[in-house]
Amino acid sequence: MPLLFKILSFIALTMTLIPSFLVFQGIIEPSLSKTLMFIGTVLWFLTAPRWLNKSQEETLEE
Amino acid sequence: MQKKNSLKEQLDAINEYERQPIPKNKLKSWGSFIGIYAGEHTAGTEFVLGPLFVAHGASAMDLVTGLLVGNILAVLSWAFFTGKISVKTRLTLYYQLEKIAGSKFSLVYNLVNAGLFCFLAGAMIAVSATAVGIPFNIAMPTLTDILPNSLGWVVTVFAIGAITTVVAMFGFNQVSKFANIAAPWMIMIFIAAAVGVLPRLGINSLADFWPVAESKIWTGIPLEGQSKFTFWHVMFFAWFCNMAMHIGMADMSLLRYAKKWQYGFSSASGVFLGHYIAWIASGILYSLFLIESNNSLTFAPGPIAYEAAGIAGAICVVIAGWTTANPTLYRAGLAIQSINPKWKTWKVTLFVGLITTIAACFPALVMRLLEFVALYGLILMPLGAVIFIDVYVLEKMGLKSNYAELKNSKFNPAVAITWAITLIVCVFLNIFGGIEIFFLGLPGWFIAVLVYVVSSKLIQKPLPTGIKSQSKPTTILSN
Repeated sequence: MPLLFKILSFIALTMTLIPSFLVFQGIIEPSLSKTLMFIGTVLWFLTAPRWLNKSQEETLEE
Repeated sequence: MQKKNSLKEQLDAINEYERQPIPKNKLKSWGSFIGIYAGEHTAGTEFVLGPLFVAHGASAMDLVTGLLVGNILAVLSWAFFTGKISVKTRLTLYYQLEKIAGSKFSLVYNLVNAGLFCFLAGAMIAVSATAVGIPFNIAMPTLTDILPNSLGWVVTVFAIGAITTVVAMFGFNQVSKFANIAAPWMIMIFIAAAVGVLPRLGINSLADFWPVAESKIWTGIPLEGQSKFTFWHVMFFAWFCNMAMHIGMADMSLLRYAKKWQYGFSSASGVFLGHYIAWIASGILYSLFLIESNNSLTFAPGPIAYEAAGIAGAICVVIAGWTTANPTLYRAGLAIQSINPKWKTWKVTLFVGLITTIAACFPALVMRLLEFVALYGLILMPLGAVIFIDVYVLEKMGLKSNYAELKNSKFNPAVAITWAITLIVCVFLNIFGGIEIFFLGLPGWFIAVLVYVVSSKLIQKPLPTGIKSQSKPTTILSN
C-alpha cells in the first residue's frame, strides 16, 4: 500500500512539473498546463502524507 | 469533555527539551533537517526577494555568481558555526544565552527576539492571505496600505493565522512533518511557473535563455527610485539574509536535534532550492509582470503566481507563507517560554500566534519586509558571536564560560556591553560611513568578538575556590 501511495505521489509531482515544459515546447496550451498542475497538487497532498514522514521517522538508538 | 482533556494532556505531554540537552533517542536524521530547511527557505519571502534583484537592477551574471558564492557561505556558516555549537551544547539558543548572560539579560533578549519572530511570521501570514483572496475575489489591500481595508482581509488573515498557530502548538515534529510534505511540491511549482512563462518572454529554446536573461530579466538597470545592486550586494544578501539563524545561532533550537554537526550542511537544501532556484524563478515571473504591465510599480505575489500557474500557483503562495510562519512561530514560542520555564510551550505559542495574527492584519508588515530582514539579522548577530566566543575561546584565554551561571548572577554586563556597542558602531558605520545595512554583518561580527573578549577580561573576577567551569561538552542523556 505505501508503494502505491509513493507511485501516486511521484505521478503528482510529474503532473505538477512536466506540463510547463510542454508549454515551453509549444505542445500544450497554458490553460491545460494549469489544470494539470492543480490536479497534481491535489494528488500530492492526498498521497504524500501517507508515506513521506513515515519513511523518515527516526530509528531509536540504544 | 474527555476529548478535550485528552487533547490538553496530549499538548501538555509535548516536551521540547527547552532547558535540558536533547536525549539521544530524540535526535533526528538528515531527512528531517533537509525537509525542514527546504520547506523553511522555499517560502513566501521568495516571492518578494527574487523580484527585489530585478527591481534593483542586478545583472544576470552578478545574480548567478553572487547567489552561488553567498549561498555557499551561508551553508558553511550553518555547519561550522551553528551545527558545531548545537551538537556540543544540545541546548536552545535561549537557555545557552541565559547560562552566559544571566536570566535578566535573557528576558530582554527573548522579548526582542520574540517580537522580531512575530513580525516575520506575521508578514508571512499576510503574504499567504494576499493569495487566498484571488480565487475568492476578496478585496485585498495593496502593498501601499498600512491599515486593514476590508473585513474579508481580516477574516482571511485570522483563518490562516489560526491554522498556522495550531500546527506550531504541536511542536517541532508537526512543523517538520508539514514542511517535509510541502517542500518537494512547492519547488516544483516555482520551477513550473517560471518555465511555463518563458515563451512569453521570447525564450523558445535553451539557447535563447541567457541573451533574454541579460536583456529582459536581469537587465542591470534598476527600476525608478531603486538603488543599483552589484555582485557584492547579491552575495552579501544571500549570505546574511538568514544571519539571525546561522551566525546569530537561532537555529540552535533546530540543530540541537542533529546527530552530527555536519547536519548543518542540510541547510543547502533550503538555500539552493529557495534562495537560488526560487529567487531566479520569482525574478522571471516578476520581469514578465513588469513587461506586460508597462513597468508598473505595484507588486502582489498572489496574482503573479496565479497568472503563471493557475490555482496551484496561488495555493503555493499560501503554503509558502505558511511554512515560513510555522517554524518562526515555534521559535517565538520558545523565546517567550524560556522567560518562565513553568509555562507550557503550547499555551505560549497560542498567545504568540494570536498577537502575530493581529499584527498580520496590517499590510505595513509586508511593506517593511526588506528593511526588517536586514535589521533582524543584524540585531541578533552579536549574541551569536558571544556564544561562539564563550563556547570556543574564553577558556583558552583563562576566562570562564557560562559566567552568569557560575557566578549565580542574573546579569553579565559583558554581554550587554557587547550587544550595545556592536549595534551602536553598526549604526555609526551605516549613517556616517555610508555602509549599506546588508554589508554591516561582517564588520559587526568582528566588533562583537573583540568587545566581548575585552569586556569579559575586564569584568570577570576570580571565582571562589572549588567552582569550576561547566562548559565541558554536554553529555547526551539517554532515556
